[in-house]
Amino acid sequence: MTDGTAARDTRADTSPVVSDEVKFTTCYMCACRCGIKVHLKDNQVRYIEGNPDHPVNKGVLCAKGSAGIMQQNSPAKLRKPLLRVGERGEGKFREIEWEEALELAAGWLKDARADDPSKLAFFTGRDQSQSFTGWWAKQYGTRNFAAHGGFCSVNMAAAGLYSIGGSFWEFGEPDWDLTKYFMMFGVAEDHDSNPIKIGLGKLKTREDAKFVSVNPIRSGYSSIADEWVGITPGTDGLFVMAIIHELLRAEKIDWEYLKRYTNAAWLVIQAEGEAEHGLFARNTTGTPLVATAAGKLLPLSDRKADPVLVGSYTLPSGQTAVPAFQLMASRYLDAGYAPEAVAEKTGIKAETIRRIAAEIADAAFAQEITLDIPWTDWAGRRQEKMTGRPVSMHAMRGISAHSNGFHTCRAIHLLQMLIGTIDVPGGFRHKPPFPKPCPPGPFPAGQETKANTPLDGMPLGFPKGPEDLLVDDAGNPKRIDKAYSWEYPLAAHGLMHSVIHNAWAGDPQEIDVLFMYMSNMGWNSAMNVPDTIRYLTDKKPDGSYKIPKFIYSDAYHSETVAFADLVLPDTTYLERWDCISLLDRPISSAHAAGDAIRQPVLALDRDVRPFQDVMLDLGVRLSLPGFVTEDGAALYPGGYADYMVHHERSPDIGPLAGWRGTDGSGQGRGAQNPAQLDAYIANGCFWEKKFTPEQSYYKFANKSYLEEAVHMGWLAMPGPVVMEIYSETMQKFRLAAQGFGDRQPPDHLRGRVAAFFDPLPLWYAPFADEDIDKGAGFPLHAVTQRPMHMYHSWGSQNAWLRQITARNPMFLHVDLAKEKGIKDGDWIWISSPHGRVKAQAKLMRGVNPNTIWTWNAIGKRKGAWNLKDDAPEATKGFLLNHIIGELLPPREDGYRYSNSDPVTGQAAWYDLRVAIEKCASDEFGETEPMFPAQGSADLVAPPAMLRYGADLKGEKSLREPVAMKEWIGNRKENAEKYGGIEPGHGNQTPDRHKKEKE
Amino acid sequence: MTSLPKDPPKKKLGLVIDLDICVGCHACAVNCKEWNSGGHSAPMTDTDPYGADPTGVWFNRIHSFEVENKQTGGRTVNFPKSCLHCEDAPCVTVCPTGASYKREEDGIVLVNADHCIGCKLCSWACPYGAREYDEDAGIMKKCTLCVDKIYNPNLPEESRVPACVSTCPVGARSFGDLGDPESDVSQLVASRGGYDLMPEQECRPTNKYLPPRPKRQGGETQSAPELMPVTDSSAGVIARWVDKFLSA
Repeated sequence: MTDGTAARDTRADTSPVVSDEVKFTTCYMCACRCGIKVHLKDNQVRYIEGNPDHPVNKGVLCAKGSAGIMQQNSPAKLRKPLLRVGERGEGKFREIEWEEALELAAGWLKDARADDPSKLAFFTGRDQSQSFTGWWAKQYGTRNFAAHGGFCSVNMAAAGLYSIGGSFWEFGEPDWDLTKYFMMFGVAEDHDSNPIKIGLGKLKTREDAKFVSVNPIRSGYSSIADEWVGITPGTDGLFVMAIIHELLRAEKIDWEYLKRYTNAAWLVIQAEGEAEHGLFARNTTGTPLVATAAGKLLPLSDRKADPVLVGSYTLPSGQTAVPAFQLMASRYLDAGYAPEAVAEKTGIKAETIRRIAAEIADAAFAQEITLDIPWTDWAGRRQEKMTGRPVSMHAMRGISAHSNGFHTCRAIHLLQMLIGTIDVPGGFRHKPPFPKPCPPGPFPAGQETKANTPLDGMPLGFPKGPEDLLVDDAGNPKRIDKAYSWEYPLAAHGLMHSVIHNAWAGDPQEIDVLFMYMSNMGWNSAMNVPDTIRYLTDKKPDGSYKIPKFIYSDAYHSETVAFADLVLPDTTYLERWDCISLLDRPISSAHAAGDAIRQPVLALDRDVRPFQDVMLDLGVRLSLPGFVTEDGAALYPGGYADYMVHHERSPDIGPLAGWRGTDGSGQGRGAQNPAQLDAYIANGCFWEKKFTPEQSYYKFANKSYLEEAVHMGWLAMPGPVVMEIYSETMQKFRLAAQGFGDRQPPDHLRGRVAAFFDPLPLWYAPFADEDIDKGAGFPLHAVTQRPMHMYHSWGSQNAWLRQITARNPMFLHVDLAKEKGIKDGDWIWISSPHGRVKAQAKLMRGVNPNTIWTWNAIGKRKGAWNLKDDAPEATKGFLLNHIIGELLPPREDGYRYSNSDPVTGQAAWYDLRVAIEKCASDEFGETEPMFPAQGSADLVAPPAMLRYGADLKGEKSLREPVAMKEWIGNRKENAEKYGGIEPGHGNQTPDRHKKEKE
Repeated sequence: MTSLPKDPPKKKLGLVIDLDICVGCHACAVNCKEWNSGGHSAPMTDTDPYGADPTGVWFNRIHSFEVENKQTGGRTVNFPKSCLHCEDAPCVTVCPTGASYKREEDGIVLVNADHCIGCKLCSWACPYGAREYDEDAGIMKKCTLCVDKIYNPNLPEESRVPACVSTCPVGARSFGDLGDPESDVSQLVASRGGYDLMPEQECRPTNKYLPPRPKRQGGETQSAPELMPVTDSSAGVIARWVDKFLSA
């Protein structure tokens, strides 16, 4: 026996010096914007941990954030600007100096601008600086600008903003502390990542709430749900409408909430065949009318009006009008929405739907909560208490990426409005700067573009009616992506997924320069990858490319790099300044406004530049207004950090809201403060302004909140934000389609606009189903998810994360596999009307039996990301994108719509229908289609063995070890639940830091 | 052969892992890897990191699998697994050189790299498969319970917990002294019915797992009063409202 006790205590050094320095910044491994502490040693990252004070992540950090070291250490990092020397797609480049690269880019952009600025299509990807890039596009003068929202979440954003004045994810969150019944619809793991996990942990630990997950797949969050509802993809709207049917039949609705805070009582003109049909009845000054129980019609502004929600009334014009509520109720009371009627389509038993409706009603009404917080509404009426109906909902990609996603999301919001749960205690809460009026302003700019002239407004906005569409006199689209046209009228985020096709086809216009940033449109961000590659490489008869010039900015050697003519290499997120702004997509929570910055925590070790600095530089080279002084000098010579501090969007309002004013005391408004960034850094790189309890709920009607919102510049007026169960905006488009008004759709689009611009939420089968059900033989649904350790991140070359997932099988139900004779590990063909792809099968039980699924964006092209050619990402990983059409099948006249939602243009990549069959045994082994390897840029050689950290081990310090501390996950909730667990100390207790600081 | 401490350590530091709320996100595994990359057992070597078969040293790994139960239906379980710092640690007693040892002061099981000869006997002896062999260094590595973090005065107090614990987004991981029945973690284990993994192996693991809770509000069984339609027909509902709300 060896006596292991000898000299044992000296073996393990318990107090090594960890790092030279710790710097705070904001994570960018996905879109959540968590606060991080980066421990640095010898200008290398020793360790990244969550910032415990940060409002988004409260100290936790996910797998992606923790793998930031390997993102920084990636051998796929670009090193210098690249100029294409081979053919597009070959990946042959020559390294050039920045001066040459910028002169070249500026020359191309200058020529396009002098001709017609709309010849530039500028589309950024998962860009967190859209208020900056959108402004750049405006000053340049092109309407052809958007980011990646068109294939991500525009259905959620638009449906929310046109219904409740806010939206899921970025602009709202469930009231995790008080909710009793939480429903999550569809794949939602990726939006947002840590806050939902933190919330679910708290909610489940409280043990007084139920978590229902409505998702075809029982993985991730669904695996810890109290109830998993394995719905058939694309039918969530029907499920929700059946719940509404049940609640209406049982009168389990919040009458007062509907009357006070929504347009349920507003009278809707019923005059079929007339120009006013379906519009709100208004008095002579334009104020909507409501009816009283005595049948009197009063303007909404009349304080004495206690409106009713039903009945039929005769207007002074002689026309009939009924409250919007009655139209809504009549629709969903129809037997077509009864649980029995939707059970087969949704794959959910009628008794389950009925039970869930009963549970929602019970939580909302029998478990009503009351907070002793007096507040005053917008009209000055004091309320002694805040009533809460503790039912909350969250939805994201699984709803969004269907061609019926806008209406389905609107149906979820309608359900929440009916039971009075929007922004009440226990419900779904708004995050500032929302709520805003439905829809928020402004409308999209770009009716006209003129040589060398800025646009008259921001290119993206929210149409209020046909008059705001960007169409020519014949009703044809003006934007390259056809956003804001009669085909996709409410395309508030643009249609990035249509740009490459349309630029290639010259439909509706030819462009000169395609400029993209941080979006892998040549691979996993494209629907129909094979044809996208063709569009990027196709030539005219004269030998020139159909898309004449393609500039791309990326930090890594992605698939898209290979197609660019000019590559502008970006930095990593640890090497740059950024601002996460209230003008854009801030870090606010329901109880506080917030914004944040990134600061460079590492010095650059290669010749790359932050994208935003490059855009400022190009702005100067092009002499764009706002970028140069009168004598042509740079207005922001210090780059993006300079812009963050000194740019003003309106007087005293700039990208950052914190520490404004000469003394740094201004919040929201104030003069520029040269020391502003120092103040952010001293505070951990974020700013937060907490609301008072009085301001925290009912924000849409809360005087104190609304006044604050006006002061902060979020709202123009302190008036209420009225939620819309009935959308007059939608009806205006429908009326146009029926021939009313000056702005008319082309005849071939009348039917489409009339059908889909229903003022009430509508369910229709996803477009792919429509074709399939005609008998094309694709019986299965196919969807994707991102694995939690990779979702919404753009670098799965990460050496650590790829050890967890480097290949993606096709998951299918054991019963389906049995029927098809497929065993675990067999190779199978997955066919769609568009093509076929080969993958390995993985059997499971927790999946809707008619649905197959896989992890998204794991498959990589050979030669990309500096991975070896035999990397499993290339040989066994595959993209479902290969078999998703970016266009729908041709109509009778040959025209092909984008495979998108007809209201918003959201890419409908979850509509996919497929058939599967086992491969012949000689087809086993590798995925197909297989693309030729792309050439690699001049990158560092990837190591065969990675010993990261070997030189970072801490030196022994002379300091004595200190006592260890206990840590209880969800301490507050556990302490409330179980005796013996101390509240108020340890971690994850909200007031921990407050106490320590006192 | 190496002996365990003569007097079993009074202090038994370990982890409590809540299987009710673990979503299988791998945050704990990756944050562990990054801390330990420059930590006590640095580096956490990765072989073929950008090639066909990337494999590396991980002290913590997450397994997600489905469990079928005819009565209660199926469920998906996410199961993080790392060294359980056993009281009767077979990986220590099997060690021929004394490299594997259990600390007297807190019960943490460690490997002294200077004495490890890479014979892998410990990985054969561990019934949990919690040992990690570093092919490149030729020595065995394992979870240190962040021994270089939890007592470290060079870190702020909130960082002085194992990396997997402070980073866990759902709060599924707790850390403390399981030898003290009054400690918060012991109370949590007692109140939630925490259990030993594979007790039949008689290793007396320190780490505990908390089982999934019963499904809240009945899960898939009726738990709220059924909704009663106010009238039989849909048209009747609106007519009833007209009667109810309109006085004229």
